[in-house]
Amino acid sequence: MAVDAAVIEAADAPAGAGIAAAAAAPAVEARGLSIVFDAGGQRTVALDGIDLAIARGDFVSLIGPSGCGKTTLLRAIADLEQPTSGTLLVKGMTPDAARQARAYGYVFQAPALYPWRNVERNVMLPLEIMGIPRAERRARAARYLDLVELGEFRRRFPWQLSGGMQQRVSIARALSFEPDLLLMDEPFGALDEITRDGLNLHLHRLWRKTGMTIVFVTHSIQEAVYLSTRIVVMSPRPGRIVDIVDCTLPAEREPDLRDTPDFLAVAHRVREALRAGHAHD
Amino acid sequence: MLAVPVVLLAVVVIWYAAAVYLNWDSAAQFADEGASRLDILQATMSLDRPLLPPPHQLLATLGDEIFGWPVTSPRSILYHTAVTASAAACGFVLAIVVGIALAIGIVQTRTLDRSLMPWIIASQTVPVLAIAPMVIVVLGSIGLTGLLPKALIAGYLSFFPVTTAMVKGLRAPDPMQRDLMRTYNATEAQTFRMLRWPSAMGFLFPALKVAAALALVGAIVAELPTGAQAGLGARLLTGSYYGQTLQIWAALVMASLLALLSIAAVDLAQGVLVRQRGGRL
Repeated sequence: MAVDAAVIEAADAPAGAGIAAAAAAPAVEARGLSIVFDAGGQRTVALDGIDLAIARGDFVSLIGPSGCGKTTLLRAIADLEQPTSGTLLVKGMTPDAARQARAYGYVFQAPALYPWRNVERNVMLPLEIMGIPRAERRARAARYLDLVELGEFRRRFPWQLSGGMQQRVSIARALSFEPDLLLMDEPFGALDEITRDGLNLHLHRLWRKTGMTIVFVTHSIQEAVYLSTRIVVMSPRPGRIVDIVDCTLPAEREPDLRDTPDFLAVAHRVREALRAGHAHD
Repeated sequence: MLAVPVVLLAVVVIWYAAAVYLNWDSAAQFADEGASRLDILQATMSLDRPLLPPPHQLLATLGDEIFGWPVTSPRSILYHTAVTASAAACGFVLAIVVGIALAIGIVQTRTLDRSLMPWIIASQTVPVLAIAPMVIVVLGSIGLTGLLPKALIAGYLSFFPVTTAMVKGLRAPDPMQRDLMRTYNATEAQTFRMLRWPSAMGFLFPALKVAAALALVGAIVAELPTGAQAGLGARLLTGSYYGQTLQIWAALVMASLLALLSIAAVDLAQGVLVRQRGGRL
């Protein structure tokens, strides 16, 4: 159903548009994007004909059951997977060019901190790679560790922190070079629900404060509805977009929002779409 | 805390008992007609050429060989120890440099991975005792004598654990840690310096302890076959030529102390790194 609705704000910017056009281009734009994995003669269609435009400043969640290609889509945006066919533009650039321009920050399922670096030096890792001077590196690490409320832990080592704290360090690391696009792949999937709720509140405030674009992969309906402005519902085998649900909840989102009828109505729509996706099987 | 003195005491007691048992026959042989068992027992403690010298006799011999002669004298055990130690140390440094260089080549270049590894493994199947005299003779014929051939053999024997550990260590980073570097558009050199190298350190140090001990074995073995004039290997050789068992035992003790010292040095270096890493390697 409603695949056509996927193309929202489809900018008609031609390939190779000028810088002015690129600045106005959507954060992410996919047209007929397909990705096929061919491992040892076994073909897996991970993504099939994905049309999606993500406007700047949006908080978009990709939700769906395992194997629906949501992570693959995120990895393709990050140039960690190569499209088999179709086009994919990130801020008007090819994913490869966007990666080289360091146009996005990526938060993985696991914190992926380097155990031999303390918290501060983990946050400074991308800054070191990008050749930012030492004093500026320290200042940025301090700023973003304060933002995730881990300033006093900067001298600790990753194994001395809890899982939730480690994931917050990895978010500070992704923010440290100040990208305006943040790609998050089930960042809180391995955490308990209480920690997860706390981090969701954190993340929502962060998004409001920075005005950045966030693409967020999750398999939790609650999480998706609580955080997003739009929810992209996907179905597996082959990975397709079933529906895109606009989440018209108030901009200010307190934890109690989860119990309101509006919240439950959106969650219901998402659940219906997920069920419809499964009906294809 | 009591364990160490108890074990030490047990070793000394067993050592004395073994010395009496092993030296009994020759003590009885040299004893006067009608000597009592007590006389023979006393004689086992002070034979000129005991099969196994009792601890106090060995200590006395060591004291004489260490303090009885100037350090530069060929009769001083310290002189011989220094000769072997310098060969082992040069071989060890050679093993580290060559071992790590080979590992980097193998990890960074596909062709080297295929072509080099079989030869490296084959090199370790050649018995070093067989190849050592050849190397010494061949190098001697082109005018290379003294430290260098011994260092080469010590290095030959000890580079292998360094190479295999570093190959494993440089390949240890998981896909997520490598993807992270890719999202930062890190260069190959940066990925090596900030990810592969530090993650290999945990593999390198245990291998260095093995290599340090092997380098010492290599240096001693290299002194054996050509009747080298100096070094612990030479002391072992001349000791066995002339039946000077005390000289052999003294050389063995010095070799053990040297091995302990070199492993302690590796431990010290590892300790510095562990402190930098907040307590874990």
